[in-house]
Amino acid sequence: MNTPTVLTARATPRSEAPAQPRCAPPWRAPAIVLAAGALACLLLPDQLGLLTRIFIAALLVLSLDLVVGIAGLATLGHAALFGVGAYAAGIFALKVMPDPLLGLAVGVAAGAALALASGAFLLRYQGFTFLMLTVAVAQIVLSLAQKARDWTGADDGLSGFAVAPLLGRFAFDLEGRVAAWYALAVLVLAPYLLSRLVNSPFGLAVRGIHENRARMAALGTPIYGRLLAMYTVAGAVAGAAGALSAQTNAVVGLDSLSFALSAEVLVMLILGGAGRLYGAVIGTVVFTLLHHTAASINPYHWLFVVGFLLMGVVLLPPARVAAFLRRRLGGPR
Amino acid sequence: MNILFNIAVDGLAYGMVLFVIAVGLSLTLGLMRFVNLSHGAFAMVGGYCAALLVREAQWSFWLAVPAAVAATAALGAVLEASVLRHLYRRKELEQVLFTIGLSFVLIAATNALAGPQVQLIPLPPMLAGSVDLGWRTLPAQRLLVIGAGLGIAALAAWVVARTRFGIWLRAAVDHDGTASSLGIPIRVVQCASFAAGAALAGLGGILGAELMPLEPYYALKYLVLVLVVVSVGGMGSIAGSLVAAVALGLIETASKYLASDWGSLFFFLAMALLLAWRPNGLLKR
Repeated sequence: MNTPTVLTARATPRSEAPAQPRCAPPWRAPAIVLAAGALACLLLPDQLGLLTRIFIAALLVLSLDLVVGIAGLATLGHAALFGVGAYAAGIFALKVMPDPLLGLAVGVAAGAALALASGAFLLRYQGFTFLMLTVAVAQIVLSLAQKARDWTGADDGLSGFAVAPLLGRFAFDLEGRVAAWYALAVLVLAPYLLSRLVNSPFGLAVRGIHENRARMAALGTPIYGRLLAMYTVAGAVAGAAGALSAQTNAVVGLDSLSFALSAEVLVMLILGGAGRLYGAVIGTVVFTLLHHTAASINPYHWLFVVGFLLMGVVLLPPARVAAFLRRRLGGPR
Repeated sequence: MNILFNIAVDGLAYGMVLFVIAVGLSLTLGLMRFVNLSHGAFAMVGGYCAALLVREAQWSFWLAVPAAVAATAALGAVLEASVLRHLYRRKELEQVLFTIGLSFVLIAATNALAGPQVQLIPLPPMLAGSVDLGWRTLPAQRLLVIGAGLGIAALAAWVVARTRFGIWLRAAVDHDGTASSLGIPIRVVQCASFAAGAALAGLGGILGAELMPLEPYYALKYLVLVLVVVSVGGMGSIAGSLVAAVALGLIETASKYLASDWGSLFFFLAMALLLAWRPNGLLKR
């Protein structure tokens, strides 16, 4: 097969400036996200529910990018980490105390714990086996949630928990204004922290494992340990997204653990481009808006639109279309 | 005792359906390294064609089934020859994205054409009844499914082991570049095996209509099960797919009979253990 040529072709553009890795200043991406998110919240005050959903999904897709884009591990079980964070935050609010920030921390811890535990098993395998094992783990977690009716409410969903005012001052209102700004604030933090992480020596080592596992092993990088650490971080971020979803919706359903959610976030990530963090945010916004508009135009046939879009993106990659337009419009090659 | 017998028969039938659907996907994954997530949609197309031909066009069941299988094969061949073959060299994630998009379109198309309700394939009186084996009576449909599954396994094994096409196929699975430089018509092999895989998926959709109800979201709902069978059985391995499908079918049926409130826990637990034990497939070391 011709895998080696593919690998080198992908590796070349990155090695243009060998002296210093080119990376944008770490404040740029969060600033753009903050500006765009704040503008959207101010301009569309009656779409705050949709915006909150986009912010949370973007956070989840960002965490998936750490696994798929940075570490190069295709997974179809990411919903497990999200759902565990959501259930943990919900149960914490119901049984212990309703403070949202503590609940968020509990969600983060739950996501990270599940990622650590499942990753310790999953990361011994690669490729298609890894992919299918992630599906198995997610389905096992889903079955357990279904069985533990006393804790999760099973098919009825976990509800009836109240969330206290944020910082003791901002109560969650019916319009969802506080919820939207809360989700946006967490989402803005994530690209900052994650781009610091991804461009750190640790992040570069994980990227290196993605590019060439054998060479990184020969260089003395502990492959398993690095991947497990990255998977745990991704689990923490996914848990944060789950906790946000539980707190802003005040209900957690079994669908937050479903295979459909795992597949959908993977689609969003590939749509925006994996491995670049900002691609995750763009893909989420495009997919969710398209899903929303297509479904509101015709609730039955929106799958046509989404399906044709997905096929179109593969046949005509956005990068190639952009290059074609640039040539046509006479810009620099 | 009776319940064990029921579990064995239903589990065997379920496993056979899984095998018939999964073996085509296993071949395309092993042969073209093509991650075809629209395989479930092919099974759905086959089932829908048969249901509509028998119910709306009043065809005989025995005529409608081959026609539906042929239609699915034609759909697979056309898609392969026109679009999918350009994706063989692409990254796996792009193949996933494209074939999920294709599944979405096929789901929306069946929804638009046939409506969201569950489709039943009316069985001829011969199959609707039950067969008396002397010591037990069995639903005839289950017997047909088990027989068809065994027949297809034997046929596939014979084609792969004994025929010229099978030699080409195995050469292409081992190394397609070398095979094509030896003069094997690699494009014909790829297109034909893709069409055959689609046809088998269609047949599986028809055979399994009683166990896995036909509805528009069928394409995604049962995709996971099929992928599980393929991964546990090992890509490109017919015998592995058969063993994996029967084992997992029996486990799933037994857990439905005996521990239904645990959902699919045991199915996926078994899958995880089997995969962890033999990551490259049950029959490969």
